[in-house]
Amino acid sequence: MPTVLVLGATSDIAMAIAKKFAANHYAIQLAGRNTEQLKPLQSDIHVRYNIQCTIHSFDALAFSSHKAFFGSLTPMPDITVCVFGAMENEDNAFDDFESAHRMIDTNYTGAVSILNIAAKYYSSQKQGLIVGISSVAGERGRQSKLIYGSAKAAFSAYLAGLRNKLFKDNIHVVSIKPGFVYTKMTEELQLPKLLTAQPSEVANAVYNAVQKKKNTVYVKWMWRWIMLIIRNIPEFQFKKMNL
Amino acid sequence: MKKQIANWGNYPAMESDEKTFVFDDQLHKIINETSGFIPRGNGRCYGDASLSENTISTLKYDKVLSFDIENGVFECQSGLTLDQVLEVIVPKGWFLPVTPGTKFITVGGAIGSDVHGKNHHVDGSFSNHIVDMDVVLANGDMITCSPTQHADLFEATCGGMGLTGMVTRARFRLKKIESSYIAQKQIKAKNLEEVIRLFDEYKHYTYSVAWIDCLKKGKHFGRSILILGEHAKREALNNKQKKEALQLPKKKQITFPFNLPSWVLNSVTVKAFNLLYYSKNTKKELNNIVSYEPFFYPLDAILHWNRGYGKKGFVQYQFVLPLEAKQGLIEILRRISDKGLGSFLAVLKVFGRQDSIISFPKEGFTLALDFPVRSGLFEFLDELDKVVLEYGGRLYMSKDARMKPEVMVAGYPELDKFKSIVKKYNPIGKIRSIQSDRLFLTKN
Repeated sequence: MPTVLVLGATSDIAMAIAKKFAANHYAIQLAGRNTEQLKPLQSDIHVRYNIQCTIHSFDALAFSSHKAFFGSLTPMPDITVCVFGAMENEDNAFDDFESAHRMIDTNYTGAVSILNIAAKYYSSQKQGLIVGISSVAGERGRQSKLIYGSAKAAFSAYLAGLRNKLFKDNIHVVSIKPGFVYTKMTEELQLPKLLTAQPSEVANAVYNAVQKKKNTVYVKWMWRWIMLIIRNIPEFQFKKMNL
Repeated sequence: MKKQIANWGNYPAMESDEKTFVFDDQLHKIINETSGFIPRGNGRCYGDASLSENTISTLKYDKVLSFDIENGVFECQSGLTLDQVLEVIVPKGWFLPVTPGTKFITVGGAIGSDVHGKNHHVDGSFSNHIVDMDVVLANGDMITCSPTQHADLFEATCGGMGLTGMVTRARFRLKKIESSYIAQKQIKAKNLEEVIRLFDEYKHYTYSVAWIDCLKKGKHFGRSILILGEHAKREALNNKQKKEALQLPKKKQITFPFNLPSWVLNSVTVKAFNLLYYSKNTKKELNNIVSYEPFFYPLDAILHWNRGYGKKGFVQYQFVLPLEAKQGLIEILRRISDKGLGSFLAVLKVFGRQDSIISFPKEGFTLALDFPVRSGLFEFLDELDKVVLEYGGRLYMSKDARMKPEVMVAGYPELDKFKSIVKKYNPIGKIRSIQSDRLFLTKN
């Protein structure tokens, strides 16, 4: 039975991903900061799918602990899915560097730290698969997602580079770019129905991308075209826009 | 998030600020920050019981916590819906101890309404099968209660429409089954007298319910189809069914695509429907083996069937009358057929004994039927309420959107006890719905 490691397992998207793989007979390793919060999901997965599901303490910002964390996993995961991320108030983050720093470190630095370790291990084994949940917000820098968008842009570039680097070792890297998703993060926002995915749709996209070894996947197909347009607006025009 | 919400009857509808939670600490925070809220599950009660300016939805709090396959004890968070419970337990040879006519309700909702099923005369209501549960009170404290532990809280929470606190976890006993099939018997009854006699004759059956034609007058007044069932034993199955005796039914669902204009339902179309329904069984008695799905949840096959009643919505009227009040049942049915206001679904059932302070069931006949909302309806229902009370009956809060507080007082002799327990655990009425305010349960 292959094993999937879910990093940042307390988010709505992560929970849906864990359930999707569990339903398809993968053993699950749930990793997150608040292990107490993960216990109900662990029992749910265990009872529903009768598979092994373990809980592991993991803090994306505690970089120095990442090596020991990954080394302690038994069995070693066949697939590593990096779901954690953070979106804080952008106005506040512009004033308060602590907040900006946290967003950058959670969305980018922490991800690089743990995925470098996973990538190195998979390279040595000549097998393995990495999935990163990035965002369409990283496709082009804009004022309303100044820090979050730039951190996700860096993460997207990292995933693309990693895909290139690991190709020769037969390691595949999947980049997932959800648009709007109905989660805790977006609960107070009025989102356009057609462009907004349920966490379970993101989970299905991740699962299918893994099975078919897709490179970059947009959840909800319209986003690919929306972002194509947004990327192609000339900068002299774009900079005047209120996006 | 602020949004427009309504329960299954689509009447009334209102704007509500809905909060969701996944973890205990989030719920704690929300409760501390929110005043005047009601817990809400899947919105499958019919009227205004889970409507309030603020609602806390349990739908994301839906994890299975444990399942003792040997002894048939299931434990989950309160936002889990019964269809999800069935998916886990049926393949292992267990079934819900009690199920209402839809599987799209949450476990929390099943407790808040203390739901009953076709087996009430044998197995009682849902709360009879609860081992224990957690209730989070208005002040954020969590209390574990059971029939023996904090018994007052337990008693007032079963059927208490969420007013004592929010059920967050429940452990309940299941019913052992040999197959996921039901051995069904349908008997046509040519009038009310006959169906009442048949209920008595077949009272040893675990499941029984009758569909009744409310519009028929004269000697066929109250013509019905009595539907009886038992969980099928393995040996009753054919070879194909035997191979997959505990299989879940295949999902076949269609969606009612839009609200029907309200003129579509009138006494002519309903009479035609009833005639077809009654005539589809050509024989007096029909015996067959069916999957549990069409037996328990015939309407779940049509998603959004409530749209059939149009944009203005409908109210479901459900009352219970003591067994000896057969005359009251006749009088109410007569008024309905005279008025020509009947619905597709009039369901008659016999309840067994039940001792609880606020749950709806008590020994007697219960009738449930839908009325599309239109002018004059509420005045008519007020008249029916008088008959119900005159014969010692009462109404079901889960279906209600319009009863007057005095109807509640007259129907529930232990209402004062219920109110005092609500006051103890929810002292300032922080947990309240527009129904509880209307019925003076949380407002004086």
